[in-house]
Amino acid sequence: MDKLIDFIQQPWPWWVSGPLIAYVMFSLLYFGKGFGISTNFKTVCCMLGSCKVSDFFCFNWRDQIWNLMFIGGVIIGGFISSHYLTPDPAVAISQATITDLKAIGIENPGTSYLPAEIFGAENIWSLRSLVFLLGGGFLVGFGTRYANGCTSGHAISGLSNLQYWSLIAVVGFFIGGLVMTHFILPYLIAL
Amino acid sequence: MKHIRFMVMGILFGITLSKGEIISWYRIQEMFRFQSFHMFGVIGSAVVFGIITIQFIKRRRLKDSEGNLISVSTQEPGYARNLIGGTIFGLGWAITGACPGPLFILVGYEGWVFILALVGAILGTFSYGLIEKKLPH
Repeated sequence: MDKLIDFIQQPWPWWVSGPLIAYVMFSLLYFGKGFGISTNFKTVCCMLGSCKVSDFFCFNWRDQIWNLMFIGGVIIGGFISSHYLTPDPAVAISQATITDLKAIGIENPGTSYLPAEIFGAENIWSLRSLVFLLGGGFLVGFGTRYANGCTSGHAISGLSNLQYWSLIAVVGFFIGGLVMTHFILPYLIAL
Repeated sequence: MKHIRFMVMGILFGITLSKGEIISWYRIQEMFRFQSFHMFGVIGSAVVFGIITIQFIKRRRLKDSEGNLISVSTQEPGYARNLIGGTIFGLGWAITGACPGPLFILVGYEGWVFILALVGAILGTFSYGLIEKKLPH
């Protein structure tokens, strides 16, 4: 049993995480549901009464209760991981990434899951942190609804179903990600 | 509460993405710099297993737990919506280092700070709903 817990507490390699994600998708399909996390943002808008201003938000949110339960579990899973399953938070990113990130002003790349100077609670009311959280979140929420899906719906479910339009959306994900990473992010970090 | 099963699946999903380091801002940076195979291995193996699973479902005409034929389609046609929407999403993904699943996971993993990112995402979705009819799709 101790050996099993030791094993789980290590970082999981890609060939464990990837197939497990496919398994979660299959479990949802088996229970008659589609894997789509960003739909929950739309559901929250609907629950808060956005139907009054746009019929885009007019639907019966109760049909999505299963999905709200799913993301409730997702949050609990994150809590369990950080408190019980991750004694060493270091992330073994490549040396090239460490060098690149240091060059644009990240102090200790890879020593934890996230750069503390941006996402640490003590810095959170700085302009930079608000841009990263509120601004980044805004683009994620806007783009995912425009494209009608995020990584779970398009990259995982869509590509698995060999959907042409999901491939186009994933191409878009990478265009945006590459432009941000290589041309805009250094300026945001310098804020 | 028959929905409890979805919460259990969510817990498995949250632990998998945490332990697989997919919620790490650094791993997303590494991916968009093509400096490691890790993230491509995660998404690639998920898709390979997903393709096999879905082909199996279709060929065997598998039914879900309520006896309905399982259908998968999640796409809406259109270059504008998928490319522009996808690009906006990608811009955000590289800033937060998290797509929607990891944004929720990070609320549990890191704490309340990421509620701000969720608020941003909900505002973004709300804004899309306001101007949806004026956008090219």
